[in-house]
Amino acid sequence: MQRDHLAILNAERAARRAAILVTDLDGGAQRVVREAEIAADPLSELLGRHLASGRSGLAEVEGRSVFLTVQAPPVRLVLIGAVHISQALCPMARALDLSIAVIDPRTAFATPERFPGIDLVAEWPDEALGGAVPALDRYCAVAALTHDPKIDDPALIAALRAECFYVGALGSRKTHAGRVARLAQAGLGAAQTGRIAAPIGLNIGAVSPAEIAVSILAQIVAAQRAPRAGAAA
Amino acid sequence: MLSTDHDILAAAEAWTREGRGVALATVIETWGSAPRPVGSHLVVDGEGNFLGSVSGGCVEGAVITEGMEAIADGRARVIAFGVADETAWRVGLSCGGRIRVFVEPVT
Repeated sequence: MQRDHLAILNAERAARRAAILVTDLDGGAQRVVREAEIAADPLSELLGRHLASGRSGLAEVEGRSVFLTVQAPPVRLVLIGAVHISQALCPMARALDLSIAVIDPRTAFATPERFPGIDLVAEWPDEALGGAVPALDRYCAVAALTHDPKIDDPALIAALRAECFYVGALGSRKTHAGRVARLAQAGLGAAQTGRIAAPIGLNIGAVSPAEIAVSILAQIVAAQRAPRAGAAA
Repeated sequence: MLSTDHDILAAAEAWTREGRGVALATVIETWGSAPRPVGSHLVVDGEGNFLGSVSGGCVEGAVITEGMEAIADGRARVIAFGVADETAWRVGLSCGGRIRVFVEPVT
């Protein structure tokens, strides 16, 4: 690999943009295609498919064996609510190598003692996102856990508009029906609100905050690893 | 902390800047129960220092040797490991899987 290709890959990752390294295994020729360049690339269809799935792999191009290294930005997890479930969830998310931010305007909840070493922002989601917390993108997972529509709704709206690959919200089916009605009033379509995982988490009968945290993280991993054409494309 | 692909490519760039010879190994194909997914990286320098994993430990030694040879001769190569190759390679994958690894020098 040429040094400048390596530098481009690292720079794109730092800027949270996807890139694909295309290696001709027969001749050894290599090039980097940035996310924004895929549409105009001769291999756009193939590259687009790999980007959507997030998977590296071999392909056959005009009789030559080609390897595509797909580099998607690292996943960020944004938790809305410095609540008990979030306290259980943070160390588990760290073990999964997710970078984490917790947002809660209620200063009684958002204390460093409750979230040691975690990027914690005691602001409303609208202020925090794009400010103290980088703006959401499609490589983000957002879980709204406060039960308070004043806090959760703005974050959910931002997450759906940014096409975050995972958007989940705590609350019963009845609570969620009310939420969907409010989000529809805010101008979101059924296809957007239909993407919210609610009640949040895989149905494993979770009871304790730690168990609920496991069910949420398992759902996030599934959303990340399952072919995500449609979800993130 | 386990090293991620990000750490590995960042290390490859940093080591290159320091003037060290560097090779990058990438898992390009797997069959059966191979432990590391396609696209996984390992970076190695001319002294055999490395970061990352292509097989969860089974064939790292051989990949590091190939990486050091790639640094020395400047050529990329594809190497295969697994049950079917056990007579050709002294190391195999105990899980019964097979992998192919692309090893290239950073130039």
